[in-house]
Amino acid sequence: MSVLPRPSPKLAQAAAFSLLWMAAGAVILPAAAVLGIMFYKGGRAITWTMLTSVEEGLLPAIAGTAALVALTAFISAPLGVGAAVYLSEYARGGALVRLIRLAIVNLAGVPSVVYGLFGLALFVTVLQFGRCLLAGACTMALLVLPLVVTASEEALRQVPSRLREASYALGATRWQTVRRVVLPNALPGIMTGMILSVGRAAGETAPILFTAAFFSLTRPFPKSVLDPIVALPYQLFVMATEAPGVAEAEKWATAAVLVVLVLGLNLVAVMFRARLRRVRRW
Amino acid sequence: MIPAGETERKVRSGAGRRREWLIGRAIQASGAAAIVFVVLIFAFLLRDALPLLRTTSVGEMLAGRSWLPTSEPAQFGLLPLLLGSLYVTAGALVIAVPLGLAAAAFISEVAPGWMQEILKPTVEMLATIPSVVFGFLGLMLIGPWLAEVLNLPVPLFAGLGSLMLAFMAMPTIVSVSEDAIRAVPMSLRENSLALGATRWQTIRRVVVPAARSGIIAGVLLGLGRAIGETMTVLMVTGNAAVIPEGLEGFLRPVRTLTATIAGEMGETAYATPHYHALFMIGLMLFVITFLVNAIADAAIRRSAGASR
Repeated sequence: MSVLPRPSPKLAQAAAFSLLWMAAGAVILPAAAVLGIMFYKGGRAITWTMLTSVEEGLLPAIAGTAALVALTAFISAPLGVGAAVYLSEYARGGALVRLIRLAIVNLAGVPSVVYGLFGLALFVTVLQFGRCLLAGACTMALLVLPLVVTASEEALRQVPSRLREASYALGATRWQTVRRVVLPNALPGIMTGMILSVGRAAGETAPILFTAAFFSLTRPFPKSVLDPIVALPYQLFVMATEAPGVAEAEKWATAAVLVVLVLGLNLVAVMFRARLRRVRRW
Repeated sequence: MIPAGETERKVRSGAGRRREWLIGRAIQASGAAAIVFVVLIFAFLLRDALPLLRTTSVGEMLAGRSWLPTSEPAQFGLLPLLLGSLYVTAGALVIAVPLGLAAAAFISEVAPGWMQEILKPTVEMLATIPSVVFGFLGLMLIGPWLAEVLNLPVPLFAGLGSLMLAFMAMPTIVSVSEDAIRAVPMSLRENSLALGATRWQTIRRVVVPAARSGIIAGVLLGLGRAIGETMTVLMVTGNAAVIPEGLEGFLRPVRTLTATIAGEMGETAYATPHYHALFMIGLMLFVITFLVNAIADAAIRRSAGASR
């Protein structure tokens, strides 16, 4: 036993709770302060020319990122929603389902730079796409796949089973039920998941490092899916680490634009989901 | 809606049944695709990593003290990179685990209702900020500031990587453990309070032990995120492939496994020993994160089962 008298339980609680308050503050306050500084510096630096000019602006990078996330969504949506439909509507448990779930959990944990290596080996080299938009989008589609599957499956499971039963009672087959009853009702939830994964794809750098992105001061637009792209996160990386002669203001502006884009997409998804909960009462 | 006549015609006919069967198979295939992708990733990493063993033995690789991929002869000792990753990750956990768990306990047990509703989404928003932005902020703002305040010799060092990673792993730790703490049945808390325990005693002796599996899962998922994080550590740890020593190692530049791949693959020619060495590092990362995430998933399942 210690020499000091044991503090009263009330005193111990007061001390412990103030420590917890401080811990919460230590998580939130520095993060808020740093982001605040970034928006301040970036916001002051952003000009209209910077957003819209091809030669000296961010427009090509924004367009490259938009093209990348659009193609990523286009590839990952059918695969991911298909897998979710299988898990929620077709499968009845068993070894295959357990394996699929294990695979999805582990796909979600693979480091993004390892996806980059895989994309380099398969899409760029073996399939000979070269370093281009298509190879980057295929790589990125694999990275967001677990997100798409998880969100879509949750949306499908929230469709009440009495809607399915009513459809079967009318003589509809399983696929007819899925296509005309379950999917339309789950669509808003699936869209929320897609927006979240687009937000993720817009900010990732490591997967496109060796598969799609390049840095160029002439900043051309991609003409086909087989062209490499300039992308916002890669542009920010090169500006911050390698490229000489980039004004500091331009770096901060790029960072702010990227964060606004990604946070904006997430905010849209959150509001979408909140509205959904209000409107839909099963 | 489905016109009744069409349905009947399609189901009764053989063509309709065949179509139904084909669609079922296609949907099953897209489910199984996830398994195929994991196997493909593993196979392609193996394919491009194993040729390294023709020039470098496993012993030379794991115990080799120097990573000199472009010197003559090249040396692919992974020890500095492994230790670099270990330093940065361990440092991140030392910061993120206590702070994250305290924040999770605070949000679910102590904070007033309105505050809970602000805090949890805010912490989750932190998780969506791209890692290149964290790297940028560390490089441009936090590193130089820390170097000036603490009078450090260099603005980019292992500890800065730990600090940035801590804030990137924290949302995962907070979110998963907060869910686990929230899932502890109210009756357990009520029993403890009825026995005369204070709220703090209840949290410490009843709620946290009951949420143990979920909390462990949260920490492991945070660990997985920290090991695999690439762009941030590439930008803020200074990238010197030297073996860190002692506590002072945190104030010196290091190089992690992930940063080595991201920093060097761009300038490496196809099918050279260097190229294979970088894939070997990728293979190691894949195996490590696979194990960490599988254990975390098992822990989550156990905690979900326990609270039912």
